[in-house]
Amino acid sequence: MFGKLTWDAIPWSQPIPLVAGSVVVLIVLAIIAWVVLKGYLPYLWREWITSVDHKRIGVMYVLLGVVMLLRGFIDAIMMRSQQAVAFHAAGYLPPEHYDQIFSAHGTIMIFFAAMPIMIGLMNFVVPLQLGVRDVAFPTLNSTSFWLTATGALLVNISLVIGEFARTGWLVYPPLSGLAYSPGVGVDYYLWALLISGVGTLMTGINFVTTILKIRAPGMSYLRMTIFCWTALSANLLIIAAFPILTATLGMLALDRYLGFHFFTNDAGGNMMMFINLIWAWGHPEVYILVLPAFGIFSEVISTFSSKPLFNYRSMVAATLFICIVSYMVWLHHFFTMGAGADVNAFFGISTSIIAVGTGVKIYNWLFTMYRGRIRFATPMLWSMGFLVTFTIGGMTGVLLAVPPADFLLHNSLFLVAHFHNVIIGGVVFAAFAGITYWFPKAFGFKLDEGWGKAAFWLSLLGFYVVFIPLYVAGLLGMTRRLQHYEVAAWRPWVLVAGIGILIMIAAAACQVAQFVVSIRRREQLRDETGDPWNGRSLEWATASPPPPFNFAVLPNVEGTEPYWEIKRRAIETQQLSTEPKYEPIEVPRNSPTGFITAFFSTMTGFALIWHIWWMVALGIAAAYAVFVWFAWRDTVEYSIPAEEVARYDRERRRAREQWLAQHAGQPA
Amino acid sequence: MLDPLYAGGDGPRAGARAGRHIPPQGRLRRLWRLPAALIVLLLMAGCSGGVLDPQGPIGAANVKILLNALGIMLMIVVPTIIAILIFAWWFRASNPRARYRPDFVYSGGIEMVVWGIPILVIMFLGGVIWLGSHELDPFKPIASPHKPTQVQVVSLDWKWLFIYPAEGVASVNELVVPAGIPVHFSLTSASVMNMFFVPQLGSMIATMNGMVTQLHLAADKPGEFYGQSAQFSGDGFSDMNFMVRAVPQDAFAQWVAGTRQTGSALDRTSYLALCQQSTNVRPFTYGTVEASLFNAVVNQELPPCPGPNTERAGATVRPQSER
Repeated sequence: MFGKLTWDAIPWSQPIPLVAGSVVVLIVLAIIAWVVLKGYLPYLWREWITSVDHKRIGVMYVLLGVVMLLRGFIDAIMMRSQQAVAFHAAGYLPPEHYDQIFSAHGTIMIFFAAMPIMIGLMNFVVPLQLGVRDVAFPTLNSTSFWLTATGALLVNISLVIGEFARTGWLVYPPLSGLAYSPGVGVDYYLWALLISGVGTLMTGINFVTTILKIRAPGMSYLRMTIFCWTALSANLLIIAAFPILTATLGMLALDRYLGFHFFTNDAGGNMMMFINLIWAWGHPEVYILVLPAFGIFSEVISTFSSKPLFNYRSMVAATLFICIVSYMVWLHHFFTMGAGADVNAFFGISTSIIAVGTGVKIYNWLFTMYRGRIRFATPMLWSMGFLVTFTIGGMTGVLLAVPPADFLLHNSLFLVAHFHNVIIGGVVFAAFAGITYWFPKAFGFKLDEGWGKAAFWLSLLGFYVVFIPLYVAGLLGMTRRLQHYEVAAWRPWVLVAGIGILIMIAAAACQVAQFVVSIRRREQLRDETGDPWNGRSLEWATASPPPPFNFAVLPNVEGTEPYWEIKRRAIETQQLSTEPKYEPIEVPRNSPTGFITAFFSTMTGFALIWHIWWMVALGIAAAYAVFVWFAWRDTVEYSIPAEEVARYDRERRRAREQWLAQHAGQPA
Repeated sequence: MLDPLYAGGDGPRAGARAGRHIPPQGRLRRLWRLPAALIVLLLMAGCSGGVLDPQGPIGAANVKILLNALGIMLMIVVPTIIAILIFAWWFRASNPRARYRPDFVYSGGIEMVVWGIPILVIMFLGGVIWLGSHELDPFKPIASPHKPTQVQVVSLDWKWLFIYPAEGVASVNELVVPAGIPVHFSLTSASVMNMFFVPQLGSMIATMNGMVTQLHLAADKPGEFYGQSAQFSGDGFSDMNFMVRAVPQDAFAQWVAGTRQTGSALDRTSYLALCQQSTNVRPFTYGTVEASLFNAVVNQELPPCPGPNTERAGATVRPQSER
């Protein structure tokens, strides 16, 4: 009846996962109970769960990402503390558990923290910056989000029921094959990623279509913001790379479920094929994360330097250059697999060529600051931290691209330090820069600067205290994923990294405090103008939070910095543009399609993991039925009357008139 | 800054030969002119016993390329970081002396520099990569007047088997090699992928079932070096390490002779016993080795070793390794 699922699946004999799992379950139940008892459920259902508004979906993506970032961070704390105590000792985490933790840490941080935050920010910002009302396929967008949430849910269910993969976050076969990993851990990994991968691919299609086909009048390609350009590049990469991931994991699933031999040791399988394929996805994936991060920094540095971005066209060229070259470098992840000198040299050189594009970007940001007027608000601090940290991380990356050097450092803690250096210094710093920067646009009030700056400085310090020692430990020969070790020379460096993680904990606490304090003090932090940072692109041209239709009238774009131009003209002429003629606006209706599909996908995934075949059939049939039901819907949109549009916009114009009066006679 | 190794002349191979006789410090001296070499020094101080303290020609050549590449990049990275900090500080909004030029958004000269400098650096580095990859290809034999010692390496769950085909002995979790003579490793795996790595001797290489990789290393002097797997291979991975004992040539011959007399026999039966998953295996030796055992593992005449025992209840849910 329930396949492999028995009471043995609950880790009764392992107190740590049992207690941790129960605490999580209790917290989730408490939140659900609170929502239901307070009567918030209808509001949540109507305004959020079934919403197809790109802004709401963006906020939910970011929220999911931040929660998962905390979960992955707890894994990181456990790994650092285990290594700090496990010198000539077993530590407190047995290998069976420790191996799950580092696998879950990588999987969660990449797929369910970094990806959702970046996709969430793209969701929120891209249509606003393009000056349009929504993405190309709003309901698909909602479905993408809920499928991502399904993946995150499955990974977290594995904490309590069964186990997670004990193979590392990229489940290299043959270790991940049925012979060496007979448990359900790898199955959790496979189905979580296969399901959420569908969501990500649909996001890619959605955003490429949006950016290529739906832009405000006059918004030619070379007038788009750099963030839109990087979003376009990242989503092109998603479309090209995620099918590889799905196919690769699909083949591994066939090996595990139906006795195929793609990657097994016997019957002609070849694990090298998996490693090539997974990195043919995996390396572009790095740029799927970091290109939007570059976009965020471009927006932030330009805004807070009070200057347009230096060398805009060069920046676009560098972005596309990275987008293309990132496909030709995957082999640098396994120089030590014995490919031969010509192949290794080719991929080493192609990898270091990416540094040209990144270098150009760094210099363009540098010259954006040159002769600017820099305001060091929190988002700008994150950007400065990024510029310095990422330069160092890029350098160690090129070092690892030199095959003879990689022969010494592959899979060492030096490598671990390198990719945390670029992912924390690049993607995580960008996430916090972006969240702080666009938070007032999403909610109408700024985040508290004091707590934000404390979080920044502690994160920066904590990062260096954790990862510089890991660089050194790697040079001392310490390899990654060690549950315990006996080499005395590594010990002090591991301990310093353990102290660093305490600083990171303080940073995370400040980050949480920033949100709590800001929400409590939201009346003092409120921004009426819709333009709290003196911004330059179109997202600042509407109210905060923006109305469901984003813009009362679609803006007419005449340059790369349309909103800056509007403001400059308003100050010059001392008046706002004449009030437009308001018309009713059609916006897409909410739809529970995404949520219900994801519900049945979760059921299908869970059933596949546990071999509950009747439930698999039920889940697939039901998910398909939801699709058919959606396809036969009658009304697609509803209309917002002209009076309401006018009411929204007049309110915003009043705030802008006050702003104009304050800025009378000043140059922009 | 690069030494003649890359500048032609002797050719790359000669450089590697020379590498055995020049102490690494002598070559590094040229790097010290860079202000950034301070960082390298700091790291070196903390790195005795690691990859920056090589004890053989391959390791020394790896390190030289690593430091050269680091030096090349620091020349551009250090000024960039300094410029970032200076620009950010000088052009702060509260500095009345800084000039504000919001229309300064393009400069052809700067554009040429920002593309040109990275391209030049990468072209230079590309040369290092190309020559280095060929020079230090793990499959490439070390030029030496001595005939290399042959060692066949099999990674098992979770221990290392070292077979000496010429000597007809084998050892587990301990590798004894003659110092000053190149060692030719042929490597495979009995089960999952692992990576053979002795940090102080240099290059690592993967071991994979059904395949053979090659690696050539040498130890300059007698000594003991820590070796490990550098590829996670399952629950017993953390104990998958071994000591490398580089001994004088006569001591090596003695070790072989002693091993022949004491150890048990490694044949297909005892191999299948060794094949079972086990962790933290103390080093031991085999006095005789069935000829072509290594080939039998490689061409899967001996099937891949089994994974965890799945016969107890619930084992397909959360298998535990038997210990």
